[in-house]
Amino acid sequence: MRTEHVITAKGFCRADIETVLDRAAALEAAETSAIDRHPDAVLALLFFEPSTRTRMSFDTAIKRLGGTSIEMGSVEGSSIAKGESLADTVRVVAGYADAIVLRHPSQGAAKMASEFVDVPVINAGDGAGHHPTQTLLDLYTIRKHVGLDDLTIGIMGDLKYGRTVHSLAIALTQFEATQHFISPESLAIPAGVRYDLEEAGASITDHRTLLDILPELDLLYVTRIQRERFPDESEYRAVAGEYGIDLDTLASAADHLRIMHPLPRVDEIDPAVDETDHAIYFEQAHNGIPVRMALLDQVL
Amino acid sequence: MSDADNHQLRVSKIRNGTVIDHLTAGQALNVLAILGIDGSSGDTVSVGMNVPSDRLGAKDILKVEGRELTAAEVDVLSLIAPDATINIVREYDVIDKHRVERTDEVTGVLTCPNPPCITNGDEPVRTRFQVLDAGVRCVYCGTIVHEDLATLINT
Repeated sequence: MRTEHVITAKGFCRADIETVLDRAAALEAAETSAIDRHPDAVLALLFFEPSTRTRMSFDTAIKRLGGTSIEMGSVEGSSIAKGESLADTVRVVAGYADAIVLRHPSQGAAKMASEFVDVPVINAGDGAGHHPTQTLLDLYTIRKHVGLDDLTIGIMGDLKYGRTVHSLAIALTQFEATQHFISPESLAIPAGVRYDLEEAGASITDHRTLLDILPELDLLYVTRIQRERFPDESEYRAVAGEYGIDLDTLASAADHLRIMHPLPRVDEIDPAVDETDHAIYFEQAHNGIPVRMALLDQVL
Repeated sequence: MSDADNHQLRVSKIRNGTVIDHLTAGQALNVLAILGIDGSSGDTVSVGMNVPSDRLGAKDILKVEGRELTAAEVDVLSLIAPDATINIVREYDVIDKHRVERTDEVTGVLTCPNPPCITNGDEPVRTRFQVLDAGVRCVYCGTIVHEDLATLINT
Protein backbone atom coordinates (compact mmCIF):
# COMPACT_ATOMS: atom_id res chain seq x y z
CA MET A 1 0.00 0.00 0.00
CA ARG A 2 1.17 3.50 -0.78
CA THR A 3 2.24 5.41 2.30
CA GLU A 4 -0.05 8.32 3.00
CA HIS A 5 2.03 11.41 3.74
CA VAL A 6 0.56 14.78 4.69
CA ILE A 7 2.94 17.38 3.29
CA THR A 8 1.03 20.38 1.89
CA ALA A 9 -2.59 21.39 1.50
CA LYS A 10 -2.12 21.07 -2.25
CA GLY A 11 -2.50 17.35 -1.76
CA PHE A 12 -6.02 17.76 -0.35
CA CYS A 13 -9.11 17.46 -2.50
CA ARG A 14 -12.50 18.45 -1.18
CA ALA A 15 -13.56 14.85 -0.59
CA ASP A 16 -10.36 14.09 1.40
CA ILE A 17 -10.91 17.12 3.57
CA GLU A 18 -14.54 16.32 4.22
CA THR A 19 -13.66 12.75 5.13
CA VAL A 20 -11.27 13.96 7.84
CA LEU A 21 -13.67 16.63 9.10
CA ASP A 22 -16.55 14.15 9.27
CA ARG A 23 -14.40 11.70 11.13
CA ALA A 24 -13.30 14.45 13.52
CA ALA A 25 -16.92 15.42 14.13
CA ALA A 26 -17.82 11.80 14.88
CA LEU A 27 -14.89 11.48 17.28
CA GLU A 28 -15.81 14.71 19.02
CA ALA A 29 -19.45 13.70 19.38
CA ALA A 30 -18.74 10.11 20.38
CA GLU A 31 -19.87 9.11 23.80
CA THR A 32 -17.56 6.14 23.81
CA SER A 33 -13.81 6.33 24.01
CA ALA A 34 -11.57 5.85 20.96
CA ILE A 35 -8.91 4.26 23.13
CA ASP A 36 -9.19 0.90 21.37
CA ARG A 37 -8.57 2.35 17.91
CA HIS A 38 -4.76 2.14 17.81
CA PRO A 39 -3.51 0.49 21.00
CA ASP A 40 -0.11 -0.48 19.59
CA ALA A 41 0.59 2.65 17.59
CA VAL A 42 3.73 4.67 18.24
CA LEU A 43 3.87 8.24 16.97
CA ALA A 44 7.22 10.02 16.72
CA LEU A 45 7.13 13.75 17.41
CA LEU A 46 10.18 15.35 15.80
CA PHE A 47 10.12 19.05 16.55
CA PHE A 48 13.18 21.01 15.46
CA GLU A 49 11.40 24.28 16.23
CA PRO A 50 9.38 25.37 19.26
CA SER A 51 5.79 24.23 19.42
CA THR A 52 3.12 24.19 22.08
CA ARG A 53 -0.28 23.57 20.52
CA THR A 54 0.75 21.37 17.63
CA ARG A 55 3.05 19.11 19.63
CA MET A 56 0.74 18.80 22.62
CA SER A 57 -2.36 18.20 20.53
CA PHE A 58 -0.68 15.47 18.49
CA ASP A 59 0.53 13.94 21.75
CA THR A 60 -2.96 14.03 23.22
CA ALA A 61 -4.54 12.79 19.99
CA ILE A 62 -2.40 9.64 19.77
CA LYS A 63 -2.97 8.89 23.45
CA ARG A 64 -6.72 9.22 23.04
CA LEU A 65 -6.50 6.70 20.21
CA GLY A 66 -4.76 4.31 22.59
CA GLY A 67 -1.26 4.77 21.20
CA THR A 68 1.89 6.31 22.59
CA SER A 69 4.30 9.00 21.47
CA ILE A 70 8.05 9.23 21.45
CA GLU A 71 10.04 12.46 21.26
CA MET A 72 13.65 13.25 20.55
CA GLY A 73 13.74 15.94 23.23
CA SER A 74 15.67 19.11 22.65
CA VAL A 75 17.77 19.49 19.53
CA GLU A 76 20.79 20.24 21.75
CA GLY A 77 20.48 16.90 23.51
CA SER A 78 19.99 14.81 20.38
CA SER A 79 22.14 13.42 17.61
CA ILE A 80 21.26 16.55 15.59
CA ALA A 81 23.71 18.42 17.77
CA LYS A 82 26.35 15.96 16.52
CA GLY A 83 25.63 16.99 12.95
CA GLU A 84 23.27 14.22 11.86
CA SER A 85 21.26 15.05 8.77
CA LEU A 86 17.47 15.16 8.87
CA ALA A 87 17.40 12.38 6.29
CA ASP A 88 19.38 10.08 8.60
CA THR A 89 17.33 11.06 11.63
CA VAL A 90 14.01 10.21 9.98
CA ARG A 91 15.35 6.95 8.58
CA VAL A 92 16.32 5.88 12.08
CA VAL A 93 13.11 7.08 13.69
CA ALA A 94 10.98 5.37 11.03
CA GLY A 95 12.22 2.11 12.53
CA TYR A 96 10.86 3.09 15.94
CA ALA A 97 7.47 4.55 15.03
CA ASP A 98 4.40 3.98 12.88
CA ALA A 99 4.22 7.61 11.76
CA ILE A 100 6.36 10.73 12.08
CA VAL A 101 5.14 14.22 12.88
CA LEU A 102 7.83 16.65 11.75
CA ARG A 103 8.37 20.33 12.37
CA HIS A 104 11.53 21.80 10.90
CA PRO A 105 12.82 25.31 10.07
CA SER A 106 13.64 24.46 6.43
CA GLN A 107 10.99 24.74 3.74
CA GLY A 108 10.45 21.41 2.04
CA ALA A 109 11.82 19.44 5.02
CA ALA A 110 8.74 17.23 5.32
CA LYS A 111 8.68 16.61 1.59
CA MET A 112 12.29 15.51 1.65
CA ALA A 113 11.78 13.39 4.79
CA SER A 114 8.88 11.59 3.12
CA GLU A 115 11.22 10.45 0.36
CA PHE A 116 13.46 8.60 2.81
CA VAL A 117 10.92 6.62 4.85
CA ASP A 118 8.02 4.26 4.35
CA VAL A 119 5.95 5.37 7.33
CA PRO A 120 3.61 8.37 6.97
CA VAL A 121 5.26 11.76 7.46
CA ILE A 122 2.95 14.50 8.70
CA ASN A 123 4.19 18.04 8.14
CA ALA A 124 3.70 20.00 11.35
CA GLY A 125 5.27 23.13 9.87
CA ASP A 126 8.25 23.55 7.54
CA GLY A 127 9.70 27.01 8.07
CA ALA A 128 7.67 29.56 6.13
CA GLY A 129 6.23 26.78 3.97
CA HIS A 130 3.13 24.88 4.97
CA HIS A 131 1.19 23.65 7.99
CA PRO A 132 -1.52 21.38 6.58
CA THR A 133 -2.82 19.91 9.85
CA GLN A 134 -3.46 23.41 11.18
CA THR A 135 -5.48 23.94 8.03
CA LEU A 136 -7.62 20.88 8.72
CA LEU A 137 -8.49 22.14 12.17
CA ASP A 138 -9.09 25.62 10.74
CA LEU A 139 -11.49 24.18 8.18
CA TYR A 140 -13.20 22.13 10.88
CA THR A 141 -13.70 25.29 12.93
CA ILE A 142 -14.93 27.29 9.94
CA ARG A 143 -17.36 24.56 8.93
CA LYS A 144 -18.76 24.40 12.45
CA HIS A 145 -19.28 28.13 12.92
CA VAL A 146 -19.68 29.77 9.54
CA GLY A 147 -19.91 27.01 6.95
CA LEU A 148 -17.50 26.35 4.09
CA ASP A 149 -19.92 27.15 1.27
CA ASP A 150 -20.16 30.72 -0.05
CA LEU A 151 -17.49 31.80 2.41
CA THR A 152 -16.02 35.30 2.25
CA ILE A 153 -12.84 35.30 4.30
CA GLY A 154 -10.29 37.97 5.16
CA ILE A 155 -6.80 36.72 5.93
CA MET A 156 -4.70 39.36 7.67
CA GLY A 157 -1.18 39.81 8.98
CA ASP A 158 2.04 38.14 7.92
CA LEU A 159 0.98 36.41 4.73
CA LYS A 160 4.52 36.06 3.43
CA TYR A 161 6.02 33.93 6.18
CA GLY A 162 2.77 32.67 7.73
CA ARG A 163 2.69 28.97 6.88
CA THR A 164 -0.81 28.48 8.29
CA VAL A 165 -2.03 31.08 5.80
CA HIS A 166 -0.37 29.39 2.83
CA SER A 167 -2.00 26.06 3.57
CA LEU A 168 -5.38 27.53 4.43
CA ALA A 169 -5.61 29.71 1.31
CA ILE A 170 -4.77 26.76 -0.92
CA ALA A 171 -7.24 24.43 0.79
CA LEU A 172 -10.00 27.02 0.56
CA THR A 173 -9.80 26.89 -3.22
CA GLN A 174 -11.48 23.48 -2.91
CA PHE A 175 -14.51 25.28 -1.50
CA GLU A 176 -14.44 28.21 -3.93
CA ALA A 177 -14.16 30.72 -1.10
CA THR A 178 -13.80 34.43 -1.83
CA GLN A 179 -10.46 35.36 -0.27
CA HIS A 180 -9.29 38.83 0.72
CA PHE A 181 -5.65 39.20 1.74
CA ILE A 182 -4.87 42.09 4.05
CA SER A 183 -1.21 42.83 4.73
CA PRO A 184 1.54 45.38 4.26
CA GLU A 185 3.07 45.05 0.83
CA SER A 186 6.28 43.66 2.29
CA LEU A 187 4.38 40.75 3.88
CA ALA A 188 2.07 39.86 0.98
CA ILE A 189 1.39 36.28 -0.15
CA PRO A 190 4.55 34.86 -1.78
CA ALA A 191 4.70 34.20 -5.52
CA GLY A 192 4.73 30.42 -5.17
CA VAL A 193 1.49 30.34 -3.16
CA ARG A 194 -0.09 32.92 -5.44
CA TYR A 195 0.77 30.74 -8.40
CA ASP A 196 -1.07 27.79 -6.85
CA LEU A 197 -4.07 29.96 -6.01
CA GLU A 198 -4.28 31.34 -9.52
CA GLU A 199 -3.82 27.91 -11.03
CA ALA A 200 -6.74 26.68 -8.90
CA GLY A 201 -8.85 29.57 -10.18
CA ALA A 202 -9.15 31.15 -6.71
CA SER A 203 -10.99 34.41 -6.18
CA ILE A 204 -8.39 36.56 -4.43
CA THR A 205 -8.01 40.29 -3.79
CA ASP A 206 -5.21 42.15 -2.00
CA HIS A 207 -5.85 44.96 0.45
CA ARG A 208 -3.61 47.20 2.50
CA THR A 209 -6.17 47.96 5.21
CA LEU A 210 -8.82 45.86 6.90
CA LEU A 211 -11.51 48.51 6.95
CA ASP A 212 -11.75 48.39 3.13
CA ILE A 213 -13.30 44.99 3.29
CA LEU A 214 -14.32 44.22 6.90
CA PRO A 215 -18.11 44.71 6.49
CA GLU A 216 -18.23 42.04 3.77
CA LEU A 217 -16.47 39.33 5.73
CA ASP A 218 -17.96 36.19 7.24
CA LEU A 219 -14.63 35.27 8.76
CA LEU A 220 -11.43 37.10 9.64
CA TYR A 221 -8.31 34.98 10.03
CA VAL A 222 -5.62 36.94 11.86
CA THR A 223 -1.97 35.95 12.04
CA ARG A 224 0.92 37.27 14.05
CA ILE A 225 3.26 39.78 12.47
CA GLN A 226 6.63 38.56 13.56
CA ARG A 227 9.01 41.02 15.12
CA GLU A 228 12.05 39.35 13.58
CA ARG A 229 10.83 40.12 10.05
CA PHE A 230 11.52 43.84 10.50
CA PRO A 231 14.85 45.65 10.47
CA ASP A 232 13.98 47.86 13.43
CA GLU A 233 11.57 48.07 16.32
CA SER A 234 9.84 51.29 15.22
CA GLU A 235 8.95 49.89 11.80
CA TYR A 236 7.58 46.75 13.44
CA ARG A 237 5.52 48.80 15.90
CA ALA A 238 4.02 50.88 13.10
CA VAL A 239 2.97 47.86 11.06
CA ALA A 240 1.83 45.78 14.04
CA GLY A 241 -0.33 48.68 15.24
CA GLU A 242 -1.96 49.06 11.86
CA TYR A 243 -2.90 45.39 11.65
CA GLY A 244 -4.18 44.93 15.20
CA ILE A 245 -7.89 44.69 15.99
CA ASP A 246 -9.91 45.86 18.97
CA LEU A 247 -13.56 46.59 19.70
CA ASP A 248 -13.41 49.91 17.80
CA THR A 249 -12.04 48.16 14.70
CA LEU A 250 -14.96 45.76 14.76
CA ALA A 251 -17.64 48.48 14.79
CA SER A 252 -18.27 48.03 11.06
CA ALA A 253 -18.13 44.21 11.12
CA ALA A 254 -21.16 42.02 10.46
CA ASP A 255 -22.71 40.51 13.59
CA HIS A 256 -22.03 37.05 12.25
CA LEU A 257 -18.31 37.76 11.65
CA ARG A 258 -16.12 35.21 13.36
CA ILE A 259 -12.45 35.76 14.13
CA MET A 260 -9.82 33.03 14.10
CA HIS A 261 -6.11 33.05 14.91
CA PRO A 262 -3.70 30.09 14.85
CA LEU A 263 -2.13 31.43 18.08
CA PRO A 264 0.09 32.42 19.74
CA ARG A 265 -1.07 36.01 19.53
CA VAL A 266 0.98 38.95 20.73
CA ASP A 267 -0.72 42.28 20.10
CA GLU A 268 -2.87 41.49 17.07
CA ILE A 269 -6.15 40.96 18.92
CA ASP A 270 -7.05 43.02 21.96
CA PRO A 271 -8.11 40.73 24.84
CA ALA A 272 -11.41 42.67 25.02
CA VAL A 273 -12.37 40.96 21.74
CA ASP A 274 -12.13 37.57 23.49
CA GLU A 275 -15.41 38.23 25.29
CA THR A 276 -17.39 38.89 22.11
CA ASP A 277 -19.24 36.32 20.01
CA HIS A 278 -16.78 37.10 17.21
CA ALA A 279 -13.91 35.30 18.94
CA ILE A 280 -13.55 31.58 18.25
CA TYR A 281 -9.76 31.23 18.40
CA PHE A 282 -9.57 29.27 21.62
CA GLU A 283 -12.12 26.76 20.42
CA GLN A 284 -10.13 26.65 17.19
CA ALA A 285 -7.09 25.53 19.20
CA HIS A 286 -9.15 22.91 21.06
CA ASN A 287 -10.31 21.49 17.73
CA GLY A 288 -6.73 20.36 17.14
CA ILE A 289 -7.53 17.25 19.20
CA PRO A 290 -10.46 15.70 17.28
CA VAL A 291 -9.00 16.75 13.92
CA ARG A 292 -5.56 15.30 14.63
CA MET A 293 -7.18 12.16 16.04
CA ALA A 294 -9.14 11.84 12.80
CA LEU A 295 -6.03 12.37 10.69
CA LEU A 296 -3.96 9.86 12.67
CA ASP A 297 -6.84 7.38 12.58
CA GLN A 298 -6.72 7.65 8.81
CA VAL A 299 -2.97 7.36 8.22
CA LEU A 300 -2.10 4.75 10.87
CA MET B 1 42.31 31.80 -50.29
CA SER B 2 39.42 33.75 -51.73
CA ASP B 3 38.60 37.30 -50.79
CA ALA B 4 35.43 36.19 -49.03
CA ASP B 5 37.39 33.78 -46.88
CA ASN B 6 39.70 36.59 -45.81
CA HIS B 7 36.74 38.33 -44.25
CA GLN B 8 35.43 35.33 -42.34
CA LEU B 9 36.65 33.81 -39.14
CA ARG B 10 37.71 30.21 -39.71
CA VAL B 11 36.71 27.80 -36.94
CA SER B 12 38.13 24.39 -37.51
CA LYS B 13 36.06 21.23 -37.28
CA ILE B 14 36.25 19.24 -34.11
CA ARG B 15 37.24 15.61 -34.14
CA ASN B 16 35.29 14.29 -31.15
CA GLY B 17 32.87 16.31 -29.09
CA THR B 18 29.75 18.41 -29.33
CA VAL B 19 28.62 21.33 -31.46
CA ILE B 20 25.82 23.24 -29.81
CA ASP B 21 24.19 25.41 -32.42
CA HIS B 22 21.26 27.83 -32.45
CA LEU B 23 21.84 28.94 -28.87
CA THR B 24 19.90 32.01 -27.83
CA ALA B 25 22.24 34.93 -28.51
CA GLY B 26 24.18 35.84 -25.41
CA GLN B 27 23.86 32.42 -23.70
CA ALA B 28 27.08 30.80 -24.88
CA LEU B 29 29.05 31.64 -21.76
CA ASN B 30 26.23 30.40 -19.53
CA VAL B 31 26.18 27.14 -21.41
CA LEU B 32 29.92 26.79 -20.90
CA ALA B 33 29.26 27.37 -17.21
CA ILE B 34 26.68 24.55 -17.19
CA LEU B 35 29.22 22.26 -18.73
CA GLY B 36 31.86 23.38 -16.30
CA ILE B 37 34.14 24.26 -19.19
CA ASP B 38 36.73 26.91 -18.41
CA GLY B 39 39.48 25.88 -20.81
CA SER B 40 41.59 24.35 -18.09
CA SER B 41 41.39 20.84 -19.59
CA GLY B 42 43.39 21.96 -22.58
CA ASP B 43 40.74 20.79 -25.07
CA THR B 44 39.75 23.15 -27.87
CA VAL B 45 36.68 25.27 -27.24
CA SER B 46 35.32 27.63 -29.91
CA VAL B 47 32.78 30.23 -28.97
CA GLY B 48 30.77 32.24 -31.48
CA MET B 49 28.48 34.93 -30.17
CA ASN B 50 25.89 36.98 -32.04
CA VAL B 51 26.56 35.05 -35.22
CA PRO B 52 24.05 35.97 -37.98
CA SER B 53 21.37 33.30 -38.31
CA ASP B 54 18.54 32.93 -40.82
CA ARG B 55 16.35 31.26 -38.23
CA LEU B 56 17.12 33.29 -35.11
CA GLY B 57 18.45 36.58 -36.43
CA ALA B 58 21.46 36.16 -34.19
CA LYS B 59 22.67 33.09 -32.41
CA ASP B 60 25.54 31.76 -30.36
CA ILE B 61 27.40 28.61 -31.26
CA LEU B 62 29.79 26.41 -29.29
CA LYS B 63 32.21 23.77 -30.46
CA VAL B 64 33.59 21.70 -27.64
CA GLU B 65 36.27 19.12 -28.23
CA GLY B 66 36.27 16.00 -26.08
CA ARG B 67 32.91 16.46 -24.39
CA GLU B 68 29.40 15.02 -24.87
CA LEU B 69 26.43 16.36 -22.95
CA THR B 70 24.60 14.39 -20.27
CA ALA B 71 20.81 14.21 -20.19
CA ALA B 72 20.68 16.56 -17.18
CA GLU B 73 22.81 19.11 -18.99
CA VAL B 74 20.52 18.98 -22.00
CA ASP B 75 17.51 19.55 -19.70
CA VAL B 76 18.95 22.79 -18.42
CA LEU B 77 20.00 23.80 -21.88
CA SER B 78 16.35 23.51 -22.92
CA LEU B 79 15.46 26.15 -20.33
CA ILE B 80 17.93 28.82 -21.37
CA ALA B 81 18.25 27.99 -25.07
CA PRO B 82 15.05 26.28 -26.23
CA ASP B 83 16.00 26.45 -29.91
CA ALA B 84 19.40 24.84 -29.51
CA THR B 85 20.50 21.93 -31.65
CA ILE B 86 23.08 19.46 -30.46
CA ASN B 87 25.46 17.73 -32.81
CA ILE B 88 27.53 14.89 -31.45
CA VAL B 89 30.72 14.52 -33.45
CA ARG B 90 32.96 11.47 -33.62
CA GLU B 91 35.94 11.28 -35.95
CA TYR B 92 34.82 14.51 -37.65
CA ASP B 93 31.39 13.10 -38.52
CA VAL B 94 28.12 14.23 -37.01
CA ILE B 95 26.77 10.95 -35.68
CA ASP B 96 23.75 12.36 -33.89
CA LYS B 97 21.90 15.63 -34.34
CA HIS B 98 18.85 16.65 -32.36
CA ARG B 99 17.08 19.66 -30.97
CA VAL B 100 16.78 20.05 -27.22
CA GLU B 101 13.38 19.08 -25.88
CA ARG B 102 11.42 20.84 -23.26
CA THR B 103 11.43 18.79 -20.09
CA ASP B 104 8.91 18.63 -17.24
CA GLU B 105 11.46 18.53 -14.48
CA VAL B 106 15.12 19.39 -14.02
CA THR B 107 17.02 17.37 -11.43
CA GLY B 108 20.32 18.15 -9.76
CA VAL B 109 21.53 20.95 -11.98
CA LEU B 110 20.03 24.14 -10.52
CA THR B 111 20.47 25.48 -6.99
CA CYS B 112 17.37 26.77 -5.19
CA PRO B 113 17.74 30.52 -4.59
CA ASN B 114 15.65 30.32 -1.39
CA PRO B 115 18.21 30.03 1.46
CA PRO B 116 15.90 28.20 3.93
CA CYS B 117 15.00 25.54 1.33
CA ILE B 118 15.88 22.05 2.58
CA THR B 119 17.96 21.49 -0.56
CA ASN B 120 20.35 24.18 0.68
CA GLY B 121 20.84 22.36 3.97
CA ASP B 122 23.44 19.68 4.49
CA GLU B 123 21.12 16.91 3.31
CA PRO B 124 21.60 14.05 0.84
CA VAL B 125 19.01 15.42 -1.59
CA ARG B 126 19.31 16.62 -5.18
CA THR B 127 17.45 19.71 -6.24
CA ARG B 128 14.36 19.21 -8.39
CA PHE B 129 12.62 21.93 -10.36
CA GLN B 130 9.31 21.66 -12.13
CA VAL B 131 9.36 23.48 -15.47
CA LEU B 132 6.54 26.01 -15.79
CA ASP B 133 5.39 27.92 -18.86
CA ALA B 134 7.55 30.80 -17.67
CA GLY B 135 10.33 29.75 -15.34
CA VAL B 136 10.92 26.89 -12.96
CA ARG B 137 9.65 25.96 -9.52
CA CYS B 138 11.45 24.19 -6.66
CA VAL B 139 9.60 20.95 -5.93
CA TYR B 140 10.62 21.18 -2.25
CA CYS B 141 9.98 24.77 -1.16
CA GLY B 142 7.77 26.01 -4.01
CA THR B 143 9.97 28.98 -4.90
CA ILE B 144 9.38 30.15 -8.47
CA VAL B 145 12.20 31.58 -10.57
CA HIS B 146 11.34 33.41 -13.78
CA GLU B 147 14.59 35.03 -14.76
CA ASP B 148 18.32 34.54 -14.68
CA LEU B 149 18.12 30.76 -14.50
CA ALA B 150 21.70 30.57 -15.61
CA THR B 151 22.81 32.09 -12.30
CA LEU B 152 21.30 29.08 -10.48
CA ILE B 153 23.32 26.51 -12.35
CA ASN B 154 25.60 24.36 -10.20
CA THR B 155 29.11 24.83 -11.46
